[in-house]
Amino acid sequence: MNSSLAGFLQALALVGALALSYRPLGDYIAHTLTSRKHLRIERGIFKLIGVDGDAEQTWGAYLRSVLAFSFVSVLFLYGFQRLQEHLWLSLGFPAVTPAMAWNTAASFVTNTNWQSYSGESTMGHLVQMGGLAVQNFLSAAVGIAVVAALIRGFTRNKTDHLGNFWVDLTRITLRVLLPISFVFALVLVAGGVVENLHAAQIVHTLSGATQSIPGGPVASQEVIKQLGTNGGGFYNANSAHPFENPNPFTNLLAIYLMLVISFALCRTFGKMVGSHKQGYTILSVMGLYWIASASLITFFEHQHSGIAAQIAGAAMEGKEVRFGIPGSSLFAASTTLTSTGAVNSMHDSFTPLGGGTAILNMMFGEIAPGGTGSGLYGILILAVVTVFVAGLMVGRTPEYLGKKLGAREMKFASLYILTTPAIVLCGTGLAMSLKAGHGGGMNNTGPHGFSEVLYAFTSAANNNGSAFGGITVTSTHWETALGLAMLFGRFLPMVFVLALAGSLAKQAPVPESTGTLRTNTPLFVGMLSGVILIVVGLTYFPALALGPLAEGLH
Amino acid sequence: MAKPLPTALRNHLTGLRLLLLFTVLCGLAYPLLVTGISQVAFSSQANGSLVKGKDGTVVGSSLIGQNFTTTSADGKTVSPDPKLFQSRPSAAGADGYDPTASAGSNKGTNDAGLATTYTQLKAAIAKFNDVSQSQVPPDAITESGSGLDPDISPAYAAIQVNRVAQARGLTDAQVQALVAKYTQSRTLGFLGEPRVDVLNLNIALTKLG
Repeated sequence: MNSSLAGFLQALALVGALALSYRPLGDYIAHTLTSRKHLRIERGIFKLIGVDGDAEQTWGAYLRSVLAFSFVSVLFLYGFQRLQEHLWLSLGFPAVTPAMAWNTAASFVTNTNWQSYSGESTMGHLVQMGGLAVQNFLSAAVGIAVVAALIRGFTRNKTDHLGNFWVDLTRITLRVLLPISFVFALVLVAGGVVENLHAAQIVHTLSGATQSIPGGPVASQEVIKQLGTNGGGFYNANSAHPFENPNPFTNLLAIYLMLVISFALCRTFGKMVGSHKQGYTILSVMGLYWIASASLITFFEHQHSGIAAQIAGAAMEGKEVRFGIPGSSLFAASTTLTSTGAVNSMHDSFTPLGGGTAILNMMFGEIAPGGTGSGLYGILILAVVTVFVAGLMVGRTPEYLGKKLGAREMKFASLYILTTPAIVLCGTGLAMSLKAGHGGGMNNTGPHGFSEVLYAFTSAANNNGSAFGGITVTSTHWETALGLAMLFGRFLPMVFVLALAGSLAKQAPVPESTGTLRTNTPLFVGMLSGVILIVVGLTYFPALALGPLAEGLH
Repeated sequence: MAKPLPTALRNHLTGLRLLLLFTVLCGLAYPLLVTGISQVAFSSQANGSLVKGKDGTVVGSSLIGQNFTTTSADGKTVSPDPKLFQSRPSAAGADGYDPTASAGSNKGTNDAGLATTYTQLKAAIAKFNDVSQSQVPPDAITESGSGLDPDISPAYAAIQVNRVAQARGLTDAQVQALVAKYTQSRTLGFLGEPRVDVLNLNIALTKLG
């Protein structure tokens, strides 16, 4: 069997597995978000934290809870890293420097998991599992909670109530993320991922040199890193490291885990709004972009353009033999389209157009299928914009899922769309102009060096977390700038999403008429796909032209 | 009666309490439970799939690649050991294959230095194995993503068979048989790429004599 056919079958197996879990998982999450009954352990938790599990919040209260929780999380994680030398299992590592600890705290709380540190030489086991991995669970749950509030905005009428953030957060973590993680962590260990509390073990190699074999509770962190679309590797090489991702099976499982919740949330959405077709429409757009992107990256990497790759005979720089081109490309497409940002191959060494596609994937705003929760709210905002654009053409007040989209709603949607590009483009522009502080971190020269900077800001603002890893981002300038990009890129859009949800929930439903644009048809799939490409994609075209396109079309 | 706390402060306290609860649950109970079960049920994998050499001591992990080198009598030059199969080049640490510094080169494919390195490596590897340059496969000259890649392609193993056989005084067929034994095909026939596990192959070679 040749490599391309095997790669195709691998993608097919992945699609099959995702299709099988779509309905049960989506329905289960919908049940989790709508059930009136609390589990006993949940009642206990609500009592301990002093929350009435049956009380509902307005959009403002919901938002304040999100922000308060995240603020406390950043402080806590910052302190955790700064104190690590005094803690159990520190492995003798000193306290993380202030700039790096700030950047890492912002990174893990925003579900970005950008890593300016190198795991195996910076973080002790306790900080990894008790600090970083905890945010892997919670930041993922926050994303799902926010999209739950947005969906309730569509389904509820004439109310201020959008649910309760504390209840949503607790339930998603306890009922969805923890059980799935537990099962697949054991599967990963069986497959060869390490899970222990050892410090590095020194061995004498076959040739008599010494090698230090690292330890760590890796599998338990690895699984939620993918499932929660986080992406922060236990080790520096992330999922390319054989202890995180030892074989082709664990590789496919990793890709499956990073996609499964975000795709299944379309089912959750369909179920909650009472029309599975609405869910399938969104799913189709996500699926189209995902398939197109995976095919493109695989194609470009197989083509291996570029001087060095031509000499080598294949674009194997930065790729592992066990994954090859197909396993690396499928992973790269999925990780940049889901806001995961884990890497099993080094994107910096991809072909110019292959790496460029990875950047473009993130620029679409992480919506195909995107991060847990954030992917769905991102694409729903774009659906709102699409309905609005279509409404303009026929001169009617647009409506989506029975709610009118007036000036107020469109303002929030527009602000959402503008936030991330503003952060990415201003951040990149500033970095390039302040050469001493920022552009100085580039590993490559020319257009490829520019791509490294563009990638960094795109990744941070879209909360992806992968990198063109050659760039050096440990200066205080970079740590601060990217930390801010991550925080603004995460929480400003959430403000607009929740404000929109509040304004939708207040409305009375509009009965469907003959003039209503039907949003559950192939036509709408095409329109939404087009709007994503034009509104979002074209925003970045000039920047892409300076980097990957300039290099790739050279 | 004490004055109720302002809402903003109450929100943050609720957040802190929930965070602490989940730190215990997701950050301690969950990983420790998984570690406990793994140590009992999958002890070898959980501890790094360590492998032993001829004399029974641990020589590494079957998942982590190594340098297979020989040091000259004066201890000054380190060169590839002709008696052992060679791994891919590695960007992990100064000498390569350092698990405390896992990394790829992160060089772009249009990097001029990278092209020069490839050309030189290709010539050196062809000479070392006494084959033509066109026979040197891509993985032989490229650095992996982790810098710890435990595998090489069957093509790279194939061009090393004759060299290893001659250096060890074995027949090509004997070495070939061992290579075949440590070659893994695609999982289930379609997952990943065929590959040769270099460390285990080399251990088997040293056991052979």
